[in-house]
Amino acid sequence: MLPAPRFFPMGDQALIVEFGDRVDPTLSAEIAAVAHRLRESRPIGVLDIVPAYTTLALHYDPAAVGAGTPPYEALVETIESWLKTQTAAMLPAGRLIEIPVCYGSAFGEDLATLAQSHNLSVEEVISIHSAATYHVHLLGFVPGFAYLGGLDARLATPRRDMPRPHVPAGSVGIGGEQTGVYPLDTPGGWQIIGRTPLQLFKPDAMPPCLLNAGDAVRFVPIGVEEFEARSKAAA
Amino acid sequence: MSITVLKPGMLSTLQDGGRYGFQHFGVPVSGAMDSFSHRIANILTDNKTDEATLEITLRGPRLRFERDALIALCGADLSPTIDGVSAPEGKAVRVRAGSVLDFGDSVAGCRAYLAIHGGFDVPVVMGSRSTYASARIGGLDGRALRRGDVLSAGNAKSSAYPGLSWALAASKRSFAAPKWAVNQHIEKLGRSLQIVRILAGRHWDAFPPAARDALTAHEFRIATDSNRMGCRLEGLGVVAGGPGEILSEAVTFGTIQIPPSGQPIVLMADRQTVGGYPKIAEVVTVDLHLLAQLRPGDRLRFELVSLAQAQALWLKREQEIITIREAVEKHLTE
Repeated sequence: MLPAPRFFPMGDQALIVEFGDRVDPTLSAEIAAVAHRLRESRPIGVLDIVPAYTTLALHYDPAAVGAGTPPYEALVETIESWLKTQTAAMLPAGRLIEIPVCYGSAFGEDLATLAQSHNLSVEEVISIHSAATYHVHLLGFVPGFAYLGGLDARLATPRRDMPRPHVPAGSVGIGGEQTGVYPLDTPGGWQIIGRTPLQLFKPDAMPPCLLNAGDAVRFVPIGVEEFEARSKAAA
Repeated sequence: MSITVLKPGMLSTLQDGGRYGFQHFGVPVSGAMDSFSHRIANILTDNKTDEATLEITLRGPRLRFERDALIALCGADLSPTIDGVSAPEGKAVRVRAGSVLDFGDSVAGCRAYLAIHGGFDVPVVMGSRSTYASARIGGLDGRALRRGDVLSAGNAKSSAYPGLSWALAASKRSFAAPKWAVNQHIEKLGRSLQIVRILAGRHWDAFPPAARDALTAHEFRIATDSNRMGCRLEGLGVVAGGPGEILSEAVTFGTIQIPPSGQPIVLMADRQTVGGYPKIAEVVTVDLHLLAQLRPGDRLRFELVSLAQAQALWLKREQEIITIREAVEKHLTE
């Protein structure tokens, strides 16, 4: 179960609950589960609950969280006692999400160079990348972007010297010791190795994002034909 | 009711109180940079305070009202005119069909807010009408206004301020406004040196005393590459010696990050939801609108206060807004 929490104000309308100080998939999964459950309990005056590697942030309205007591102290007390009522068994487990990826060709322009730089074949890179189970530590950076843990050290590759001005949504990349999927068309400096036909951010859907903190992710290699078919189906 | 965009201005976007409830998906809150002026403009036009307003930045747009409308302008003084006549700020204004709202020089502040009775009619995306251009969501097609856009806006047949409608009907002028105005403290926006209050941040203690002094003892200037995501600050005092990078975690409106350069960045409305730079301090919520109204080159100095003070100031500000609403409501039937 979670280590004892430490509370810190983050300005006058947010606070941070800290549960540890290093990256650990078990810890961030537990924090994600607590975040999920706390969100479902709809604490009064809390506007957003944002899990990260070792912390949970609560954005709140000081006018709504506690009458008579200073708002920060009131909310800390509420959350502290709520946390005590939670046991590991009650926490929801993350899902396993499979993300189809068409590796290489026009969708993964950096795949061949990346393979070469590690003295691996393209097939080996694909097989290593798609064999691992990744863990969603948190979402951030842009809507729907998952900070994934679990990249095989053999594939860790520095970012490109010159970021691309335009990386298409769905691009799968490697940047340093991280791998991930670009949810939006954005500039980007990661080495692009493939693309998924899935949309990671759909503003009109509920929930709007494919992934959530605490989920596990696997990449499943697909061919160009399947990519085209699934792109059409997703559109 | 519609409004035709004859000229878009530098950056004119629809914003409301922000897109809450989705930060755990990495979706920024967005919303008005100066939510104080945004809310006053809505109150003056008899709207709910979270109706979208048009946030107008430095160089304003030119807009033609195709029908009579009840509007209000608050925030920065960007020299607004209606058919060439100086238009009042901090007031309810009834404008005649066909009249053109235009803007000139920026006299004080950076961002003006245009509210219209009934609000701007754009789809609600994830609970908000706020434009977040990077993800192309909210507002008008997820972007700033362009020439030729037609904004659909709330109903013109408002029963509010009947006296203004009569005054407009009885005159040949393009608009009618009452004698009274809301004091929106616009004089504060024109200060040559703005004082912005802050709280110690989560990593305050991780910075050496010299760095903390550099943050509070020296003046800073708003850098030209500041935008809705963040205010970049330039100053004599470099805030150095901090922890470098931290494990990414949540940030908020007003978070002061210290990147390796030592030049602080204050995160604003379109900030990302998490960040990896140490957070030395946080701007108090009641002073965020002062920061939002600073222009590139404007100077500011930070002043440290306590959390209890900051929250008391916020509760007082909320009370002030209720008082303003009550005062305005007394005029609605006039």
